[in-house]
Amino acid sequence: MKQNIVIIGGGIAGLEAAKQIHNLGYQTFLVEKSDHLGGHVASWHRLFPDMIATKPLIKDMISAIKGVTVFLETQVNDVEGVREGYRLSLSNGINITAQAVLVASGFQLFEAQRKEEYGYGIYDHVITNADLEAWMNGNKDQRIPAAPKAIGFVHCVGSRDLKAGNSQCSKVCCMTAIKQAIEMKERFPNAEVYCFYMDLRLFGKKYEDFYINAQRDFGIHFVRGRVSEVSETIDGRLQVKAEDTLIGRPLKVQLDTLVLMSGMCCNPLIQKLAEQARLEIDSDGFLKSRDNITNIIESGREGIFFAGACTGTKTVPETVAEARAAALSIHNYLLQND
Amino acid sequence: MIDFGFTLSKSSTVDLTTLDRSRYDQLIKLVPTARMCMNCGSCGATCTVGEYKGMSVRKVLYGIQRGEDVKAMLSSCMLCGKCTMVCPRGINTRNLILNLCKIYD
Repeated sequence: MKQNIVIIGGGIAGLEAAKQIHNLGYQTFLVEKSDHLGGHVASWHRLFPDMIATKPLIKDMISAIKGVTVFLETQVNDVEGVREGYRLSLSNGINITAQAVLVASGFQLFEAQRKEEYGYGIYDHVITNADLEAWMNGNKDQRIPAAPKAIGFVHCVGSRDLKAGNSQCSKVCCMTAIKQAIEMKERFPNAEVYCFYMDLRLFGKKYEDFYINAQRDFGIHFVRGRVSEVSETIDGRLQVKAEDTLIGRPLKVQLDTLVLMSGMCCNPLIQKLAEQARLEIDSDGFLKSRDNITNIIESGREGIFFAGACTGTKTVPETVAEARAAALSIHNYLLQND
Repeated sequence: MIDFGFTLSKSSTVDLTTLDRSRYDQLIKLVPTARMCMNCGSCGATCTVGEYKGMSVRKVLYGIQRGEDVKAMLSSCMLCGKCTMVCPRGINTRNLILNLCKIYD
């Protein structure tokens, strides 16, 4: 009899893992809560550092999972340990007994309105990184004027913010801000573009080169200081305050659009599942791996595995690599138990 | 002016909207690589006169972007070129100083 593997989450981690696990010959089920596959990446426009378009990438990933049983708009209601593995009851009424479960539930973007001082949902021209990607994908957005003269990016919104309950660095926002700053400068060459940062964390392949391009070729202004407050001027522009910590003086600037780089937080929907399956939560609020060095993709429980941003903030290539690794770990686990 | 017995302190706020950045813009045309400064401070650390006169290419470059008067610092530069040797971004800082002196002239 073919063994059943259930993957929770149809983002890039779930898709990649589904393809690999199915190719290894297992009966694969992919459970996705929303009405589409591809997760957050599917709604992004282009990916750094090579600016590849996400649409064809996601399309390829989806076409590679033929043979996988996909349940859209479905959630896991209950998980129960049984002799054969885990019995999952899904919200569509189907029950599956799985020999292994892969949690690929990903992240949730920090809700920017929680940082009230930045005025998201209060002022007319404050948007998030996700809103900007949607706009670049062709969605209309009244908050972005036709010819902005000045555009700002706020790094670390809800990240590295103990008071907001997220001490972690969201890892990808520095690069995303620089990418989006360049994209805005390309669209509006006469606009001044400012990035407000605390540190620039450009750790990945070609990230630093990307930063140099932003400075040298696009003249993006980098201001070291966290934005403290945003207010609206009488003519409907935004006034942003920060300290320029490189010269130790307060700084203000008027902008036509402000983009908040909302960070990644652990998907809150996974909390219930974690309780039911008795999975531990790590001190950073993400799911706890067996260890954080060589066993990130293994949970503390036999037969339950992790891939992607459910265990911490991750880049796209890291997530895809983890999904492949998880598929192999599941394969090895099932071979041992045979 | 009527003496009310108190005075207002001058605001130290940098206003990027109204700031005159023309010297910086002129400099960028002459030395485009100046944009690549990442404020690491190597130039200031190695500067021969830095510890006596507060000279630092970083401070000069940042100062003109923030509307500060950097003339005094500029005049203390001995053009020894050590800052050019240490700059990790390969900015020709000596050339930068010479060009900025011309802009000030």
